[in-house]
Amino acid sequence: MAEVLVYVDHVDGAVRKPTLELLTLARRIGEPVAVALGNGAADTAAALAEHGAVKVLTNDSAEFADYLVVPKVDALQAAYEAVSPAAVLVPSSAEGKEIAARLAVRIKSGIITDAVDLEAGDEGPVATQSAFAASFTTKSRITQGTPVITVKPNSAAVEAAPAAGAVEALAVSFSDAATGTKVVARTPRESTGRPELTEAAIVVSGGRGVNGAENFAIIEALADSLGAAVGASRAAVDAGWYPHSNQVGQTGKSVSPQLYIASGISGAIQHRAGMQTSKTIVAINKDAEAPIFDLVDYGVVGDLFEVVPQLTEEVNTRKG
Amino acid sequence: MSLRIVVCVKYVPDATGDRHFTDDLTVDRDDVDGLLSELDEYAVEQALQIADEADDAEITVLTVGPEDAKDALRKALSMGADKAVHVEDDDLHGTDVMGTSLVLAKAIEKTGYDLVIAGMASTDGTMGVLPAILAERLGVPQVTLLSEVSVEGGPNGTVKGRRDGDTASEQLEAALPAVVSVTDQSGEARYPSFKGIMAAKKKPVESLDLDDLDIEAEEVGLEGAWTKVDEATERPARTAGTIVKDEGAGGKQLAEFLAGQKFI
Ligand SMILES: Cc1cc2nc3c(=O)[nH]c(=O)nc-3n(C[C@H](O)[C@H](O)[C@H](O)COP(=O)(O)OP(=O)(O)OC[C@H]3O[C@@H](n4cnc5c(N)ncnc54)[C@H](O)[C@@H]3O)c2cc1C
Ligand SMILES: Nc1ncnc2c1ncn2[C@@H]1O[C@H](COP(=O)(O)O)[C@@H](O)[C@H]1O
Repeated sequence: MAEVLVYVDHVDGAVRKPTLELLTLARRIGEPVAVALGNGAADTAAALAEHGAVKVLTNDSAEFADYLVVPKVDALQAAYEAVSPAAVLVPSSAEGKEIAARLAVRIKSGIITDAVDLEAGDEGPVATQSAFAASFTTKSRITQGTPVITVKPNSAAVEAAPAAGAVEALAVSFSDAATGTKVVARTPRESTGRPELTEAAIVVSGGRGVNGAENFAIIEALADSLGAAVGASRAAVDAGWYPHSNQVGQTGKSVSPQLYIASGISGAIQHRAGMQTSKTIVAINKDAEAPIFDLVDYGVVGDLFEVVPQLTEEVNTRKG
Repeated sequence: MSLRIVVCVKYVPDATGDRHFTDDLTVDRDDVDGLLSELDEYAVEQALQIADEADDAEITVLTVGPEDAKDALRKALSMGADKAVHVEDDDLHGTDVMGTSLVLAKAIEKTGYDLVIAGMASTDGTMGVLPAILAERLGVPQVTLLSEVSVEGGPNGTVKGRRDGDTASEQLEAALPAVVSVTDQSGEARYPSFKGIMAAKKKPVESLDLDDLDIEAEEVGLEGAWTKVDEATERPARTAGTIVKDEGAGGKQLAEFLAGQKFI
């Protein structure tokens, strides 16, 4: 069976969930061969093997952390040349997309970004994407070269599918371009202990209606009662009430959870672009005319300062 | 020596309009008014600020797009850019990111540059990969997705910036020439002044076609694209949900709904 390269997103060896989802999709096309780079690369093998990786190519050179993007492109290209895969799949993070795009140029392949589903087809993999703020769904193919496809989080279920997962060292000779952009300092984001926004099954978001940084405690309390991630509209982020890393929408994160709860958010097109594909949508807004209500499965017209704490209390009571 | 900045700007259908695909499954550019992609306004703004800081700088705004794309160039010129280049050719219809990046790279080389600045993503295609591809094609460093950017030392100097990523915030540095992209966190874009709008009318707009760039028609357009859209379907409108007015028990009612859906 043809092999499919899967680029591994991990933090010091801990594989992030979107990569495990990629393995599920990769198995529809062929045998997944994973590529893990940087500190802790070899530690990813157990998790990858458990989810279907037949092989794990690793390289933990310091270049990956010291310089931006290009060393990873060099390594992925080395893996591509070693394996001659039927497709290359990369998680759709900002960095993942850049790595994939540069690889595609080098190997003269077309690229599809932000796929939300992937299936084998007669003429190569068929990718499903959302367009125009998720108001359209498209199906596309790559017609030139080896398909390079980036896939969004929550596009497939994580499935156990034990495979060999044999670790092999990947030999990489870095290009002149590799050291072009130096990372002179790095400040890791502090963990909040809550689920990752793009990976969470439930997202609770607050907007301008939350009316102040201190009031986000109400949103966080609801999120914690449900084990959810916290999101924010750009209005709330621009006001300085919540970090940009939590922004949902066109220029923030795009999320597709089982449940999305919007409080004090009007539902502007740029916000919808990042949450419209959520399975169940709930909104709390005091304006019955707010466009967010066009999307909801359940909406409460009311003051979020009344409704949200009552909901939190009720959730906590029911959980016992 | 003057610092030569090229800003890549895209002309896109207004995101707040009712956007559609045409019969050949390309973006319908007739039904909805077009404008300078809002995310590229941030690129123009940072170019203007970098030029202000430099001893001597010249900003060229560059677009690949249909006749109407001149509007996007005019807007950028009225914000304060010095001149414009418009690559326009009937054979460009339906070009994908690989083709567009090829055309942009050739046009940038022809124009001459020390620094290329792009937006974080176009508001219609929303791929966000073109700046990285440009860096690959031009063979210069990529310093992308910056929320803060500055240039030191003129045309042979250094570009520095902050990239706020998923897991960390990074300080980046590269020697010029380089390709930069900036996010909407980089600072609000200015509005064109009346004076700026008047001045823009007299600024030069150079038109280039594929011949001028030594690009064959087969390399671009719908036929030259390396990806193919087979199907585009409008997402069915979400079925109308239940909407209740809070009369004091709204939170409890909502909890009941969530429990019914097994979320609690
Ligand atoms: C290029 C571009 C990119 C953008 N990217 C994004 C993006 O990524 N994400 C994003 O979110 N936006 C984005 N925006 C901004 C977007 O257009 C909207 O301005 C923004 O989403 C509005 O946020 P909001 O809904 O919180 O605020 P508003 O639109 O002001 O809505 C606030 C809502 O809260 C309600 N409210 C107020 N008080 C209460 C209360 N006590 N109880 C209940 N309800 C209350 C109001 O009725 C209102 O509906 C972008 C815009 C542009 C131009
Ligand atoms: N046709 C175009 N003409 C000029 N610049 C473009 C064009 N398409 C994309 N760009 C630039 O590339 C950036 C990212 O675009 P994209 O990768 O298509 O999302 C945009 O913000 C623009 O700066």
